[in-house]
Amino acid sequence: MMGRHELAYTALGAVMDPELDEPITALGFVRSLTVSPGGNVKVHLRLPTSFCSPNFAYLMASDAKDVLKQLDWTRKVTVELDDHHDSPIINAGLAADAGYRGTFGHEAEDSLDELRETFRRKAHTAAMERCLTALLRADRDRSESSLGDVTLGDLPDDGFTSALMKRREALGLPTAADALVMVDHVGQGYPPDAVPLALRRARSTRISIDGNAHFCRGLLRTRYGTEASEATGELHEPAAFIPLSVLTH
Amino acid sequence: MYQKNDTRYFIVDAHIALWDARPENQRNIHAKQFIDCFYDYHRNLSPESEVWTYEEYLYQGGDRLMKDLFDDGYVDHAIFQPAYLGEFYYKGFGQTDEAFELASKHPDKLTYNHNFDPRNGEAGLDQFREDAKKFGLKGVKLYTAEWHGESRGWRLDDPWAYRYFEACRELGVRNIHIHKGPTIRPLDRDAFDVATDFTDLNFVVEHCGLPRLEDFCWIATQEPNVHAGLAVAMPFIHTRPRYFAQIMGELLYWIGEDRIQFSSDYALWTPRWLIESFVDFQIPEDLGEYAPITTDQKKKILGLNAAKMYDIPVPADLQLPAAGETAVGPRGADNLVGA
Repeated sequence: MMGRHELAYTALGAVMDPELDEPITALGFVRSLTVSPGGNVKVHLRLPTSFCSPNFAYLMASDAKDVLKQLDWTRKVTVELDDHHDSPIINAGLAADAGYRGTFGHEAEDSLDELRETFRRKAHTAAMERCLTALLRADRDRSESSLGDVTLGDLPDDGFTSALMKRREALGLPTAADALVMVDHVGQGYPPDAVPLALRRARSTRISIDGNAHFCRGLLRTRYGTEASEATGELHEPAAFIPLSVLTH
Repeated sequence: MYQKNDTRYFIVDAHIALWDARPENQRNIHAKQFIDCFYDYHRNLSPESEVWTYEEYLYQGGDRLMKDLFDDGYVDHAIFQPAYLGEFYYKGFGQTDEAFELASKHPDKLTYNHNFDPRNGEAGLDQFREDAKKFGLKGVKLYTAEWHGESRGWRLDDPWAYRYFEACRELGVRNIHIHKGPTIRPLDRDAFDVATDFTDLNFVVEHCGLPRLEDFCWIATQEPNVHAGLAVAMPFIHTRPRYFAQIMGELLYWIGEDRIQFSSDYALWTPRWLIESFVDFQIPEDLGEYAPITTDQKKKILGLNAAKMYDIPVPADLQLPAAGETAVGPRGADNLVGA
């Protein structure tokens, strides 16, 4: 049976960086996790730069608080974001359960849900492009237009395909073997002459996401060095390479 | 000028700074956070041999700049693109007087661009008119994530921003460099949409819109006056050459070889190693979705494109004709929307 520390850490694994489409635990964003015998939990989060988007920072921190509060044994849950330009604002908002609007006031956007949805769609677009470009690279004679007819059943049983299936489920898109791979976020396919351009657009989305994920991991490592995450007691695996976050100057 | 084998490249570094981030200039913690973030970029993306100490990184000064760019760095001409950041630094981040003096001393080598902030209203507009005259401005560098009192960002399509663009038009300040930056609204992409209302101005989007390359490409392909600046994208050539290859492949496909500008983003990085790497660079063969980069394309990106925009004289034997439009643009893509 899992101990409470492990239960809490596992729960945090459900919190995703919406832009990078990966769990905050895998990204090394959980700096420390402390569980008291009475069931009080304290989490410190850290991000690759002081200037990562405050919206996303808040979203991840408040999601972290939510998943921990949902565990039936937790009592007081404290989540704090370290070393961010908006740490005071975000941490005060989280402590007071002020919500997104209460935290950011006039700077808040209409809806965080919309933001989440936008990035769920991007994640699907990127997963789809990875599968289709892999087909193109495997068979240089294949035309781009022909990709509009590829079905899920035509895809190899590999990591790209399983990632795509997860993204389709998240958007409520069909996952049956005869479903078309190349669809938009509502499941609409493309006529052959529209396929190449749609694929090109999807590709630029995928390249952005890939680049961001690597950059963020690398910057985190550069920023915090080999500081072990107390949450796991392990060093984070050095990312293969790295770099661009929401910041840039 | 950079020469490799028998080929010569005219080099314009289209985005440089002379900054001062030393503790005595730091107004608050954000000043330190900002330069630390830059330094992490620098440490993370540079080859080991090119990594500076933190002390060196805080301030370089004019002599060091001249050496890094022109003695060691092959650069023929460089353009200052200063960020103000007055809420973070007492004297600002980019050093106006120092940079302008240096540019005045070396007009053949340096161009000084300045900045404005539409939130300064009428008074700012007056100031901008004075600045345009005093500095002989051909361009400005705009940073929409600049903090300003209670506001932590502005939009290029604000009515006040339009007043400033109209002034740019009137003053002959034709080149608008835009840095997207840390902003509370991560999807804010207003930087690109205004180009259509000011077709006589050039909009150079730095970092080619990263981390939203897709939004940038889609809009840039439709607007012939939107250009890609390679600030911050360049150093990926070392740490992540395959990612860099894909960025280049996308830009060449969507906007073509005439609208991409090299920069080192000095002092984030130094130009020498970036230029050497770029001239040697090729898109890996297994990325079959992209055509190889040609020598002529490299020449344009490394200098000819920015030279054209800024009327910087280029030796006749190094000039190249413009290429045709890309298949998808400009505005050609409009016909394909929803196709």
